[in-house]
Amino acid sequence: MLPAIGVDSIDELFAQIPDSLRLDRPPALPAGMSEAEVYERLAELAARNADCEQQVCFLGAGMYDHYVPAIVDAITQRSEFLTPYTPYQPEISQGGLQAMFEFQTMMSELTALPVSNAGLYEGPSSIASAAYLAIGATKGRRRFVVSRGVHPHSRETLTTYGAGFGAEIEEVGLDGGLTDAGALAAAVDGETAAVILQSPNFLGAIEDVASLGAAAKEHGALLVVAVDPMTLGVLRPPGECGADIALGEGQPLGNRLDFGGPSFGFFCGSEELIRKMPGRIAGETDDVDGRRGFVLALQTREQHIRREKATHNICTAQALNALAATIHLAWLGRQGFRELGELLVRRTAYARERLAAVPGVEPLHGAPVAREFALRLAVPVEPVLERCAERGIAAGYPLGRDYPEYEDGLLVAITERRTRAQIDALAEALGAAVADARGDLPVHITGNAPRGVG
Amino acid sequence: MSRQDEAVLTIFERSRPGRRAAALPAAEVPEPPLEELIPAQLLREAPPRLPEVAEPEIVRHYNRLSRRNFDLDTGFYPLGSCTMKHNPRLNERVAALPGHARLHPAQEPKRAQGALELIWLLQESLAEICGLPHVSLQPSAGSHGELAGLLLTRAFHADRGEARHKVLAPDTSHGTNPASVTMAGFEIVKVATDARGGVDMDDLRTKVDDDVACLMLTNPNTLGLFDENIAEIAALIHGVGGTLYYDGANLNAVMGHSRPGDMGFDIVHVNLHKSFSQPHGGGGPGAGPIAVSERIEPFLPRPQVVRRESGNGSRPHYELDHERPKSIGRLRGFQGNFGVFVRSYAYILSLGADGLAEASETAVLNANYLKARLSAGRAGKHLPVAFERHCMHEFVLSGRPMKKELGITTLDLAKRLLDFGFHPPTVYFPLLVEEALMIEPTETETKESLDSFAAAIDQILAEAEQDPEKARQAPYTTPVRRLDEVKATRRPVVRQRFA
Repeated sequence: MLPAIGVDSIDELFAQIPDSLRLDRPPALPAGMSEAEVYERLAELAARNADCEQQVCFLGAGMYDHYVPAIVDAITQRSEFLTPYTPYQPEISQGGLQAMFEFQTMMSELTALPVSNAGLYEGPSSIASAAYLAIGATKGRRRFVVSRGVHPHSRETLTTYGAGFGAEIEEVGLDGGLTDAGALAAAVDGETAAVILQSPNFLGAIEDVASLGAAAKEHGALLVVAVDPMTLGVLRPPGECGADIALGEGQPLGNRLDFGGPSFGFFCGSEELIRKMPGRIAGETDDVDGRRGFVLALQTREQHIRREKATHNICTAQALNALAATIHLAWLGRQGFRELGELLVRRTAYARERLAAVPGVEPLHGAPVAREFALRLAVPVEPVLERCAERGIAAGYPLGRDYPEYEDGLLVAITERRTRAQIDALAEALGAAVADARGDLPVHITGNAPRGVG
Repeated sequence: MSRQDEAVLTIFERSRPGRRAAALPAAEVPEPPLEELIPAQLLREAPPRLPEVAEPEIVRHYNRLSRRNFDLDTGFYPLGSCTMKHNPRLNERVAALPGHARLHPAQEPKRAQGALELIWLLQESLAEICGLPHVSLQPSAGSHGELAGLLLTRAFHADRGEARHKVLAPDTSHGTNPASVTMAGFEIVKVATDARGGVDMDDLRTKVDDDVACLMLTNPNTLGLFDENIAEIAALIHGVGGTLYYDGANLNAVMGHSRPGDMGFDIVHVNLHKSFSQPHGGGGPGAGPIAVSERIEPFLPRPQVVRRESGNGSRPHYELDHERPKSIGRLRGFQGNFGVFVRSYAYILSLGADGLAEASETAVLNANYLKARLSAGRAGKHLPVAFERHCMHEFVLSGRPMKKELGITTLDLAKRLLDFGFHPPTVYFPLLVEEALMIEPTETETKESLDSFAAAIDQILAEAEQDPEKARQAPYTTPVRRLDEVKATRRPVVRQRFA
């Protein structure tokens, strides 16, 4: 090959790099390994993690241990879906494009909003993207009223992005587990670009989005609602509650936990917002012979065409993860999706009642819940979690990590994988751990200790 | 209904009432009506109209769809700046180990030591490859890394009491660069390209002032050329107090040979889905880690994975460090696209120090060989190289003479290539080259596949010399032919409509 190029060595080709910038040693990395050795090394690392096959997992907080059907792996591992680039050449990308179109239809059905994009990175950054859109959609308003029930990662991500595009963020507190409606109404004004809610919120409580959203409508602000897609078979969808944008973390749909990613964010909106949406959107069209086909529609919004005037900077997103969701939703189907929602609600109701009956454990709020709920413990949370972990149970998410006012709070998540027996075992483990801890504590702390604002 | 119509039925059109795939576990708990558990006004009345299809038909449907995709495992995919290298299947296997795949992201660090160590090891590996001391894996893709870098730049200046407004980028830059600049609240200033394909130094000097927050550069740039003036460029930008940002989309050219940190860059993003073999998945997932210099480190996103030495002779442990007072904050949920990290770390382990350097050498060799092969044929006349010098891992041809002499455009050529079983190169980018074709073969292609691609280009040009209409109407053999993209934008149909 070198003679064809007209050089004597590969090194000559690197001569365009000034000598002073050439690395004069090999990189300080280990030597290459055989496939078998790499496998062993990675398996060794994996073995040092307590995954959901070793522990019974009641952790949620945005990502959930759902069962991913085998056909999701079988199809997403096909070379034809796994290895192509973004479908810039539609004639040879009809499979991926049609799958995006089907995904968009499914998300649009779930949220009851007419337009869905083909997916964003994940949940929290999708909220920041909605805020960025809202600035354009409200002619430059930059004020955001955000419920404290919105996922702490989402609120923090919004703050991070907001430092760039300019955002004033006002947080509205919770009352009895739900967004304080009076405070929210008082916080929204004519400068507000969007009101941002989450339902079920981080504490698992189902918000009355329709009532809360009225303040946004009154002042011409967008209503942005983050939702858990797995609840949308049973809960009133955001599109029927006045939401202009519904979005969320897509992991529960067909995506494994993967220690937090890759998953995807979904992003749906009203018809008026279609030309302001971030991300890819597949659209139906015809070819020159009149045959049905699919293309990336509305590319004039995107960075590769519009550069600094693009609606967003996103390029590579999470197409394969959205495909996994599409297959999972097809597998669940119209009946199964609703049944799964019902199963979650009923098992969650059972678990909430069962755990609240444990001495030293009580509900943190009494608001309605769907698949996750918050408890408060009469003893410090972390040692209780440790005791449960020793019995092979990840008992839940300690709310004190993100909410100082709920230092005694524990967030418990339910999926179809959490059986009644496992819930009972959690109740027993929690009871034993709390009882032990209480035995060690002065009486006044176990009784009417001060609480955070419910 | 014709065969063709049958092939493109959507999953919704295959739906029949009452069919299903999923069987769910029994409730095992009391089953009161939902209204007794949740107030009726919060409940959904009509269920979402998901398809009703049995599992065999779902499998057939998506298998049929998959056969309407072209993919890297089937053929040559020389998309410029996309680094379509082979995706080792080992990486899929190790990513799917339950210890990775079924690890909850909120698992306490004590019980996720393997995952945190893997993150730390990948951070260290990328730091060495980039020649910069600190790495955050949090950004989800290249453009997310760019946004992170610009927010870091903003925080860096703000910390010194400065509010700067301008970000410089060459006119050859990726579209994500200016889009990220706008999102980060800066104003983009374009810098011209000189006759050799590098940054026009005279133009740069007129634009450098103390309102410049940052210069974003890809090196080698999108023409596949290494900018020899990089040290001087870095001195100019640092001289006015700006930061230097490296778009790592083209890192595959220089791994183990030259390091952005040594070139003077403060912030680098790395596309794990390009240089580090994460499959592209038809548009993701990827990951866009950032490596930064000491002066940028205090502002890195949080949490940061850190290693703590135990001090008592036992193994070190790994933590998520949230206590970073100057941090720009989170860019997303949890720890980033961990599954991508597993694949890329497996790739780095597989290749090792020598293997990574050799990968870049072969990528550069392949690009130069293909460039020479093409130049020696009809492409030399109709599709000349835009900047005639040795390239790095990719090169750009101009279809301007082809359009003028043969009456076919770069788009026509690209579409005709589809009939020959090749994915076309990146087209109409970079913008400063008329009728551009940007070709990146990568190191995982054989000489034979490069030869057959060159032969196909030659054949298409020969054909166009006789009958240009053939290319203008191409493709012929694909599942669909040219599609009406204007219609899809003017009257967008972006979801299934139900009767």
